[in-house]
Amino acid sequence: MIKTEHLCKRYPSVTAVEDVTFEVRPGEVLGFLGPNGAGKTTTMRMLAGFVTPTSGRASICGHDVEREPLAARQCLGYLPEGAPSYGEMRVAAFLEFIAELRRLDGARKRARLDYVTERLQLSSVLDRPIETLSKGFRRRVGLAQAIIHDPPVLILDEPTDGLDPNQKHEVRTLIDEMAREKIIVISTHILEEVDAVCTRAIIIARGRIVADDTPLQLTSRSRYHNAVSLQLARSDQLEAARAAVAGLAAVASVEVSEREARLTALPRSGAMILQEVAALAASQGLQLKELHLESGRLDEVFRTITA
Amino acid sequence: MRNVALILRRELASYFATPLAYVFILIFLVLANAFTFYVGDFYQRGQADLRPFFLFHPWLYLFLIPALTMKLWAEERKSGSIELLMTLPVKTWEAVLGKYLAAWLFTGLALALTFPIWITVNYLGSPDNGVIFASYLGSLLLAGGFLAIGSCMSALTRNQVVAFILGVVACFVLLLAGYPLVLDAFRGWAPQTLIEAVASLSLLTHFQSITRGVLEARDVLYFAMLIAFFLFTTTVAIDLRKAD
Repeated sequence: MIKTEHLCKRYPSVTAVEDVTFEVRPGEVLGFLGPNGAGKTTTMRMLAGFVTPTSGRASICGHDVEREPLAARQCLGYLPEGAPSYGEMRVAAFLEFIAELRRLDGARKRARLDYVTERLQLSSVLDRPIETLSKGFRRRVGLAQAIIHDPPVLILDEPTDGLDPNQKHEVRTLIDEMAREKIIVISTHILEEVDAVCTRAIIIARGRIVADDTPLQLTSRSRYHNAVSLQLARSDQLEAARAAVAGLAAVASVEVSEREARLTALPRSGAMILQEVAALAASQGLQLKELHLESGRLDEVFRTITA
Repeated sequence: MRNVALILRRELASYFATPLAYVFILIFLVLANAFTFYVGDFYQRGQADLRPFFLFHPWLYLFLIPALTMKLWAEERKSGSIELLMTLPVKTWEAVLGKYLAAWLFTGLALALTFPIWITVNYLGSPDNGVIFASYLGSLLLAGGFLAIGSCMSALTRNQVVAFILGVVACFVLLLAGYPLVLDAFRGWAPQTLIEAVASLSLLTHFQSITRGVLEARDVLYFAMLIAFFLFTTTVAIDLRKAD
């Protein structure tokens, strides 16, 4: 379990993290969201024992990160921001170095090295110095060192930054697979990633937690939650359609995109307007290219909360 | 100790993964021998000893050792790998000691590669090999002292050039602590005991007393305490400011 209590980090000129309290249990994948500079990395660094909190406490698997730093670190796999490593080292030597510092030996070490090499597709670069690798490979080497000792807790600072869509998919699959028995915390500013891998999301802004919920619940906070979007085949019907939809009692407002010939009807709170809008479209003789119910827009929630 | 050994091995390998090791050893050997023969008048003195050889070691180390140590910690900070190292289950002192010992072992290797001059002097005459052996030990201890100072200076900054300059200045001051250049800064205001204390810190005095062939416990103790002090300071500096 990861536990933080009133974690604060103040620098002389700025407060980076203010009163952050949360718990993460096995099986949870927690996504840390927030604008750049919101305090995501500082919070993760405090969990990893790299930054000392000004006040408050954090523990990993019951080990306080300040009083029992080594026990806490042994339970933890950590990918620092930017996946730093020793550039002049070859991938194989680097992973072996980390494995040995993680107290892996003999057959177990061999097996774990083989596993991470296979899982992160590193076999083609094992003999290359890390500094000659592409950004994607470096990130995967960073992930490999984080999971090499099969830790119960993983903290990954932007694990998919710099990866192409295929590699992103691979890493998300890996996180999904590990999620069942581990506690995973990732930070990201790719919102689709939260939907894809996280069971829970914490949004941080200016050092404080401003939302802590499931991705689904967060999306439902959007004003686009249960909105109905319709795209017309003929743009000359746009004005008539807008007026008709806006006339519905349950519709709060209508947004129009003339370029796409699209209307988005936002419901009054709690109202379900799909049926009504569909019926209206039929009775008005609107020619539709598309009609769908929106679940909400995470980016819009993100902007509203963190603005 | 396992962690110290692992870090030592990694560091040592990293010296040889870059041209650094080869350039350092080459320059050290060329300069050590050039000083001995051209400035130290090795032949013209007509004496079978290695005094002119060891005479220049402090001045050679003064610039070469900070060049070796400037990257020890500053580079870790700059590249961010310090965040990786300090979040592994490794104690700070283990990392400090591992890196330091790697640098010392490497310097020891460079020093050992000067062995042809020892053979040469034995071929030309019959020197006191005990004095030469003590001088080699003294030189190794002096290098160890400089390395500890350099390690500490490197821990204070993320800029390697700054680490180098701080290293040279700190080594220079401690080297000449017993000489007027440094002592004059204290005379006039400091009590006599402080001046004597400063003078007794002089690396050069202790080094010269060893190269005369007398390996005294107090000289060895002096170097051991100097090294322990600066490694301890390095550990504190890293612990306090690892994330800066």
